[in-house]
Amino acid sequence: MAAPEGVRLGAEVRLQRLTKLFGPVVAVSDVSMTIPAGSFFTLLGPSGSGKTTTLMMVAGFVHPSRGAIAIDGVDVAALPPQKRDLGMVFQSYAVFPHLTVAENIAFPLQVRKVSAADIRHRVGEALELVRLTGYERRLPRQLSGGEQQRVALARALVFRPRVLLMDEPLGALDRKLRAHMQLELKRIQRHLHVTVIYVTHDQEEALTMSDRVAVMRGGRTEQVGTPAELYESPVSPFVADFVGESNFLDGVIVSTSAEGRAVVRVDGGFEVAGVSREPLHVGQRVVAAVRPEKIVPYEERAAELNRAKGVVDQVVYAGDATRYSVALGATAGTLTVKVQNRLGSRALATGDVVELAWDAGDTRLFARDR
Amino acid sequence: MKAEEIAVVVAPTEAADRHDTRRYLLLLLPALLTLAAFFVYPLLGILLRSVYKSGYTLESYRQVVSTSVYLMVIGLTFRTAAMVTLVALALGYPLAYVLATVRPRLGRVLVVIVVLPFLTSIIVRTYAWMVLLGRNGVVNQYLVAIGLTDAPLRLLYNQAGVVVGMTYVLLPFMVLTLASVMRGIDPSLVRAAHSLGASRWQAFRRVFLPLSAPGIAGGTLLVFILSLGFFITPALMGGPSDVMIAMLIEREVEFTLNWSFASTLAVILLVLTLIGFVAYYRLMRLERLFEGLG
Repeated sequence: MAAPEGVRLGAEVRLQRLTKLFGPVVAVSDVSMTIPAGSFFTLLGPSGSGKTTTLMMVAGFVHPSRGAIAIDGVDVAALPPQKRDLGMVFQSYAVFPHLTVAENIAFPLQVRKVSAADIRHRVGEALELVRLTGYERRLPRQLSGGEQQRVALARALVFRPRVLLMDEPLGALDRKLRAHMQLELKRIQRHLHVTVIYVTHDQEEALTMSDRVAVMRGGRTEQVGTPAELYESPVSPFVADFVGESNFLDGVIVSTSAEGRAVVRVDGGFEVAGVSREPLHVGQRVVAAVRPEKIVPYEERAAELNRAKGVVDQVVYAGDATRYSVALGATAGTLTVKVQNRLGSRALATGDVVELAWDAGDTRLFARDR
Repeated sequence: MKAEEIAVVVAPTEAADRHDTRRYLLLLLPALLTLAAFFVYPLLGILLRSVYKSGYTLESYRQVVSTSVYLMVIGLTFRTAAMVTLVALALGYPLAYVLATVRPRLGRVLVVIVVLPFLTSIIVRTYAWMVLLGRNGVVNQYLVAIGLTDAPLRLLYNQAGVVVGMTYVLLPFMVLTLASVMRGIDPSLVRAAHSLGASRWQAFRRVFLPLSAPGIAGGTLLVFILSLGFFITPALMGGPSDVMIAMLIEREVEFTLNWSFASTLAVILLVLTLIGFVAYYRLMRLERLFEGLG
């Protein structure tokens, strides 16, 4: 299937103060975001964060309690799902079990009264796009999970929607197949220039596929940004923890300087320097977050690095890398350190005393009790 | 590995298999014995009696085939069963749809309501309908009161009355069969149809209805077969000409004491039902539909 002739690229989707209440339960609260035309946009969050409800409101299956949804500037809130012209891929695939692969993909064209010749042509193109040519006459129960997923995708794209909604579409696939389908999805999305709104709880998937990610928590958006922004400068401990992985150290600010830098006395006794997005003041309680792979053992060179001494408590070998739990003392807790198993990296054993070092720039400071 | 060695390795599991099979047979035994004693043996008796009348003869079969009254009764029986089945399907399908698609708790309450009539005797239920549909019954009084009709309608002692009464009794079988199949239909399939641009009617016609086909097949088959052998309701609610085959059999047993002829009619009913079942099975490709459920 070629990118649509003429210019019919993806549409911009704008959510304004979108809210959904289920009785007294607030599922989605005041969510506003703009999803740029032709971008791969992911709603990322744990279960119950409101990501799926938000997607279902865009699809039209859930009616917003308040707020507006505009697709290319046109408010669609009052339209039923079948009038919104959005492609959707469901978590359960939802491939029609009584129809063959070709009949499944022809479905959206048939209900649109497309001519039979056109249908045959476009079904062929769609099958080629998802690399299922030759599967036309098979029934869904003769297909693997990955193949059913491709049928669902071809069916959602064959009528050339301007927005494609995907609800955890790869959740049921095994790891290898999932990685493969992620690449396929990206290839197809770039090829068709369709706007994709993708829901997942898998942060790795979100980081690898998305142009932009909205991290959701408790029905609200916590942070919207590029994968690099979310990973390198999270706005909250929640994002630092949910996107990737972080060590957290509690402490009190002892001095501040320009450029948002500050020094924290960690509850265990030692001091670390870090950076913050918001102004902090001396005496304020903060939490310092640092990612496991930013910490190196046995670093002797730079004096301005944060340092901590500890005892290796646990060693987890993971093939490409080894993860160490390093106990810093009774009150400071433990740091997780991830070391790539590459040339020159020394293996540590349980009980080894180790000096750890990491850069102040990799240490994000967040005010407590926000 | 040599053959003897294989035998040694295989033998214990085979013995265990045989042991298992024997245990399963033991579990089946009470049911098999009951069926044999109370179903197969009497059935064989009926078969024998239908061809035995002081010597083996097909005389009574010849009599049925050559007497127009008997053929008419058989025709009427099938026609009534077909009508009851269609009415039950038309009434039962929407009800089953509601049952299968409402919230589970409400669904359970509705199932209890559907099954509730089973807790009362069929005779009580039939008499209740006779009170409702009688010449001065509630229905007629209402129809006259709202001016829809000047004189009371004849709702009882004709085929309409029989169909109403039988449909009422058999409706739960239709509804429960349909609902159990409908409950197995993944709701996201209907949602998917909408997201692909299908209107409510298109989503129903092209997705929900074909997926509920096994329920339609099962429900209509069940109701039709049960209808063929119906006795009490047509006997009480039908007119003199609404004689169904089961009533004919009863007459032969009770009044004419012609057990041989009653057996013949019973065998004919059984054979016709089996033929209907096979034809239906072929027509609807039941086995394919049930396979589609898995």
